[in-house]
Amino acid sequence: MIEARNLTKRYGDKTAVDDLTFTVRPGIVTGFLGPNGAGKSTTMRLILGLDAPTSGTVTVAGKPYREHPRPLHTVGALLEARAIHTSRSAYNHLRALAATHGIARSRVDDVIEMVGLQDVARKRAGGFSLGMGQRLGIASALLADPETLILDEPVNGLDPEGIRWIRDLLKGLAADGHTVFVSSHLMSEMALTAEHVIVVGRGRLIADMPMAQLIAGASTDTVVVTSPDAAALGRALAADGVTVTSTDATTIEVAGLTAAHVGDRARDLRISIHGLAPKRASLEEAFMEMTRDEIEYHAETPTAGRAA
Amino acid sequence: MSTTTVERAHPAAAPAVQVQPVTQVRVLTSEWIKLRSLRSTGFTLLAAVAAMTGIGWIISSATAARWSRMPPGRLAEFNPIDTSLAGFHLAQLAVGVLGVLLVTGEYATGMIRATFGAVPRRLPVLWAKTALYAVVTFVLMLLAALAAFYGGQSFLGEHGTTLSADGAVRAVIGAAGYLTLIGMFAVALGFIIRSTAGGIATLFGLLLVAPGLGELLPSDWQPHILPYLPSNAGEAMFAAHPDAAALSPGAGLAVLVTWVVVALASAAVLLNRRDA
Repeated sequence: MIEARNLTKRYGDKTAVDDLTFTVRPGIVTGFLGPNGAGKSTTMRLILGLDAPTSGTVTVAGKPYREHPRPLHTVGALLEARAIHTSRSAYNHLRALAATHGIARSRVDDVIEMVGLQDVARKRAGGFSLGMGQRLGIASALLADPETLILDEPVNGLDPEGIRWIRDLLKGLAADGHTVFVSSHLMSEMALTAEHVIVVGRGRLIADMPMAQLIAGASTDTVVVTSPDAAALGRALAADGVTVTSTDATTIEVAGLTAAHVGDRARDLRISIHGLAPKRASLEEAFMEMTRDEIEYHAETPTAGRAA
Repeated sequence: MSTTTVERAHPAAAPAVQVQPVTQVRVLTSEWIKLRSLRSTGFTLLAAVAAMTGIGWIISSATAARWSRMPPGRLAEFNPIDTSLAGFHLAQLAVGVLGVLLVTGEYATGMIRATFGAVPRRLPVLWAKTALYAVVTFVLMLLAALAAFYGGQSFLGEHGTTLSADGAVRAVIGAAGYLTLIGMFAVALGFIIRSTAGGIATLFGLLLVAPGLGELLPSDWQPHILPYLPSNAGEAMFAAHPDAAALSPGAGLAVLVTWVVVALASAAVLLNRRDA
């Protein structure tokens, strides 16, 4: 259980986390979503006590992280930035962490095998690829058999097989009653893993709801209509108060009506229809829509020519 | 990855992991593993030992070879104990650099986040790093100082002396103690400054540049400042024949220990207050 209450963090005059209040419950995977720069990593650093909040509090299992006698057993964490000395081997890195909690060497060997690093465990970690670095980070997080797992962008740099492994691991841990809190900037990845989702943008809370509800709310149905007389059909539908977007001379997109409805209306108007296809908004689009105003860094892309 | 490994990863299938509370002793063990598992540790300590012994031997043998041609002023200043221990000038730089690096290396690579993730109370890490480095430095530098002394005296031949000479034991142990305190000071400096370049520059500035700058001060200020610099206070504590302006050995030790205590206290306060 992670509980954040009015959590705020300012660096100088920049507010990274702005009055966040949320609870991460055990037994399910909770996704932490937001565009880059939304404050996800900062929030995770605050949970682990690496940074101190400007105001507000955050506790893990009822206490601030630093007050737990076995911190690594309370929370296993993988932070986005690498946290390893590049000149040390993965094996010695894990041994040094294990020593702080009196964890046996055999457990170090176990987690190395678990993440599949046995062939490179004795080599300098500085030479690791992004994926190997992630696996080592996950091994560190699992080392002390943690009750709560906090992972910042865990699938970064992993191959599809590794991504599936992480997904299964997280679901398994949650099913066993662990608290699992995973950040990502990819909605599609979260949709496959998380049962509950917390969405942030510019440090502020945007949504805190079950994933199913987010998906249901996201699917505004659109119908794509192809017709030689698309413009006339568009005008008629627009007059009915429906939102119509024209993509080219013979195609329009109609939001908020079923395909049957559009087809019937066209027949009444004696306009011939060449194509009629329902289109669901993707989760990614819903997420981008939700966070559009909250994105820190916009890429300057010219918007596609759209006339109403 | 096969299904078997996925099941192994499942905590229900794995045997319960024995996890003990974090204690100062466990943090010490962890720091010992960290210290030994970096190759730079061995190289730098080897450089410190080589500097301490090698320079003492070279200066001792050169002095013996040129004895008959030494000007009277140099002869009057000559002291066989201090001559054989002259290597501390260079050894302190190696010891200081490693002390800073033990800390700033973690900040530079991001390792510090893993360290404080495991020990979120942070101060046990400061104490463990300082104590461990002090013990390692003292043991190695005592052996190096003994080797420098015995080797130096044998190079000096008839101009040499023995460990039973007045001030010889104090000089050998004091040189090792001085290098140890410089090492501890460097660890504290690493935690205060957090960057390798800044930490080493500050340390070298204090040890090498400050005494020279102090010589430019008005002469009636100098007695109030120069003897209290870490390098001069340290030399006062172990030199068999310190210069006239130096503090007594006891006062020199007290001043240097004060520098170390103040640096460690500042490091402790900052460590608790700052974001990692």
